[in-house]
Amino acid sequence: MQALTNRAKAVERRKMTFLERIYLWNIIKGMWITFKHMFTKNPTIQYPEKKREFSPVFRGLHVLNRDEEGRERCTACGLCAVACPAEAITMEAAERLPGEENLYREEKYAAKYEINMLRCIFCGLCEEACPKDAIYLSETFAPSNFNRKGFIYGKDNLLIPNPVTAAGDLAKAKGLN
Amino acid sequence: MNITHILFWFLSALALVSAMMVVVSKNPIHSILWLILVFFAISGHYILLNAQFLAIVNLIVYAGAIMVLFLFVVMLMNLNKETEQQKNVWMKLTGVIAGGCFLVSTCNVIFNAQSVSRELAGKTALMKEGSIGLIGTLGKALFSNYVIPFEISSVLFLSAMVGAVVIGKKD
Amino acid sequence: MTLLTLDWILLIEKLALIIVIILASLGIALYTTFAERKVAAILQDRPGPNRAGPFGLLQPLADGVKMFTKEDIIPSSASKWLFILGPGLAMTAALMTCAVIPWGGTIELFDRKIDLQIADINIGILYIFAVVSLGVYGIMIGGWASNNKFSLMAALRGASQAISYELAMGLSLIAVLMLTGTLSLGEIVKQQQTGWWNVVYQPLGFLIFFICALAECNRTPFDLPEAENELNFGYHQEYSSMKLGFYLFAEYINMIMSSAVMASLYFGGYDIPFVDDAHLYASIGNWTALIQVGVLLTKIIIFIFVFMWIRWTIPRFRYDQLMDLGWKSMIPLALFNMVVTGAVVLLKMNHWHF
Repeated sequence: MQALTNRAKAVERRKMTFLERIYLWNIIKGMWITFKHMFTKNPTIQYPEKKREFSPVFRGLHVLNRDEEGRERCTACGLCAVACPAEAITMEAAERLPGEENLYREEKYAAKYEINMLRCIFCGLCEEACPKDAIYLSETFAPSNFNRKGFIYGKDNLLIPNPVTAAGDLAKAKGLN
Repeated sequence: MNITHILFWFLSALALVSAMMVVVSKNPIHSILWLILVFFAISGHYILLNAQFLAIVNLIVYAGAIMVLFLFVVMLMNLNKETEQQKNVWMKLTGVIAGGCFLVSTCNVIFNAQSVSRELAGKTALMKEGSIGLIGTLGKALFSNYVIPFEISSVLFLSAMVGAVVIGKKD
Repeated sequence: MTLLTLDWILLIEKLALIIVIILASLGIALYTTFAERKVAAILQDRPGPNRAGPFGLLQPLADGVKMFTKEDIIPSSASKWLFILGPGLAMTAALMTCAVIPWGGTIELFDRKIDLQIADINIGILYIFAVVSLGVYGIMIGGWASNNKFSLMAALRGASQAISYELAMGLSLIAVLMLTGTLSLGEIVKQQQTGWWNVVYQPLGFLIFFICALAECNRTPFDLPEAENELNFGYHQEYSSMKLGFYLFAEYINMIMSSAVMASLYFGGYDIPFVDDAHLYASIGNWTALIQVGVLLTKIIIFIFVFMWIRWTIPRFRYDQLMDLGWKSMIPLALFNMVVTGAVVLLKMNHWHF
């Protein structure tokens, strides 16, 4: 059979030399290796004090976006739910009533929007499917919880703070101050 | 009543009580543990006689090695109260007779010893006296006066060892 | 009261010494558990415990508090008294060894010469052997009383391993005894103060003794009684809380004691290297003894470090390999060492010069 790679090594089955048979020599070699490791720099990051920087393509917890006037961008088209391979997203649409123009950008909006973080695989396909730039994956983790209900994130968890009425909260969420 | 006497009586009581418990215990594992306690008490007596070497060797050989093997065997056989088979009456009777004979002869020896040599009676324990049990004296005695019996017994052990190897090699 | 025929001051002195030594060895053992984790971490390129106190130095205390406050479970099918006796026995046997180790020279205090050794009996080494062979019972009784197959198997392994390696250990020791001509540890150390250390004369003997000490302490590569991949957790599987703590602690105390024995037998004990101790006594008096204690402790710490270094380097033996090594390599080597030493000692005694 032709070798797929040239990395294959033939197993050596020669008799062990005397030095190898007394076993001590190999122990000393091993001890030397561990001894050398005493002086190598350790790569540990002291977590709560120091945090490792996220990679630029990191995909974390979802947020639902608002536009500059603080209106929800989501129009409950359901494309994200369709795109989701883990079927983690469900939503219920509702019609915007007169007088709610300052809350929702389009005539239709998501009355209920839920992401099950236990199902979500953080692939980012929802982000790509969204025609309204409403859903984004941020740079945080889903925090742990004691029961399954806690992992179903509703609109109250996902929506970013209103940039008009709660600008301070938004800045805090972005980690600006 | 000095410390030696107190120790002597304590160790004697300990040895007797544990020896009783060896026989009385229903569980063989408990019997073995009591037996180890007996060896401890006897080692204590050796130390009272200033025979430190004998005391320690008693501990190493009997308590440390042989009893471990006993424990091994008993643990692997998993003997306990439920699996103990009923012994028949004749066995019990012969046991009583044999044990009784031993008791009578031992008592005889003790009473004779007391009457024959009164000086022995006061020397139940010699703390820090005499050097018979010390390793130097013992070694000199073994390798000068008793060298032939000593060597013969070592040959006996060697042959036992070789025998064990031969049996072990046979498949 | 004729009970008072004792040397009461001697009794108090020895009692104080016993308390100090036991407390010290418990303290060292406490920090050995910490050192074990720290050494493992350093060898594996990570920082190790560093949260409790500065550099994590309070970690052993935290562990101790955890051990004490955890629920103590005695399995309903276990043999209750033996289950309690097991860890106690393991701990007692581990601590008893310290009685014959000379921890330092003599201190002169209030016109009394105080030996820093609890009992200088003339069979010191045999005493250590007796105590070590009793240490097996802690494992065996605990393993059997747990009423668990794995515990029992581990206990049997531990016992057979200890018995096998005790033989080679004893044989390697006999060579040292031939050289020194005494069984008393104090005397052996004193002889090494003037001449070379015994390890110079007995390198092979030391190696065998060291390997056997590893096996006796159930340290990796000989930690088969607690081989977690084969036996779940080993002989202390059913144990919890401080009983488990006692077993783990006994292992570390065994380590300290075997290090102390090795230092005394082969590395001059409390002998300060390159310094004439008798000369030092003349100049600074009692402080010499303290320096000697420090030197012995340093030697012990170095040995413990080597123990740990080996643990985090070498994988565990297979059981048949362990027995092969013990019976087919260690014992013949020790016998060879003994015969050669005996021959050399005999030739020396008959005034052969070479």
